[in-house]
Amino acid sequence: MVETVLFWVLAVLSIATALAVITNRNPMYSVLLLVVNFFCIGGLYLTLNAEFIAVIQIIVYAGAIMVLFLFVVMLLNLGSEKSLEPAFDAKKGLAFLLGLAFLAEMLVAMKDFSAIGSAKETFEYGKVEKIGLQLMTQYVYPFEMISVILLVALIGALMIAKKYN
Amino acid sequence: MKNYFEQYLQNPCLNYNLAPFSKRMQEYYGAFIMIAIGLGLALILSNLQNILIRKRFTERKVMPYESGMDPVGTARDRFSIKFYLIAMLFILFDIEIIFMYPWAVQYKQLGIFGFIEMFSFVLILFVGYIYVVKKGGLDWN
Repeated sequence: MVETVLFWVLAVLSIATALAVITNRNPMYSVLLLVVNFFCIGGLYLTLNAEFIAVIQIIVYAGAIMVLFLFVVMLLNLGSEKSLEPAFDAKKGLAFLLGLAFLAEMLVAMKDFSAIGSAKETFEYGKVEKIGLQLMTQYVYPFEMISVILLVALIGALMIAKKYN
Repeated sequence: MKNYFEQYLQNPCLNYNLAPFSKRMQEYYGAFIMIAIGLGLALILSNLQNILIRKRFTERKVMPYESGMDPVGTARDRFSIKFYLIAMLFILFDIEIIFMYPWAVQYKQLGIFGFIEMFSFVLILFVGYIYVVKKGGLDWN
């Protein structure tokens, strides 16, 4: 009962805010609505008992990444709204086709989708204790590779930003 | 697909062999109360002015507040790329911190092995930090 209510509230809210993000004329409002959207998705993760992912969703996505998005919006020159007026060009058509292809792919992928089969071995998988144990024992090499990937991203960001400084 | 959706609606936690969220919800009551207080306080404080003030606007009152200075130019200006760099570094170190939570809750079980793992993890990113400082990535000018 509680799950059903939570699911419908969060699902409807997340789709509504996602639509508002892409239809809003002010990019700043779009960014802030995306924060609300991320919170809703975090809530959906929580109802699935994936508490660690829910917390990451809020700390990293709604926190850090949206700060970056805000700064990126501020980096672009959005002085006049007229310059943002989309003209119908090839890019738009291509985006429509790619979106359609993606939708078809998703439908094909979800046609025979059943998560029931792999249920037994994912016991308490979303709990942070479980993730910690798995990450530090079975997945130790991927874990160490994450720091290398973060290092690469750090150097790349520095190179790009310093070039234009 | 449809079958799965119906089962999900009945119990979203079915696949995880866990008690449904409604049974475990009391674990999150503290977080819910905090979210409610945070949201409520923000809504009250930002709308209190609409209730309390007398609405007599003058040009000076509705002017954007810039620390008492007269506003110069438009607010929709291009910002320096330095902000981007700071935000990017913030994300990277934020993700580093995220990986410390699962390690921290299992610290006792993992023992010295986990400590060495986390040490090498942090060490690699510390090299990056030294690089950023040496390159002047944190200097504002």
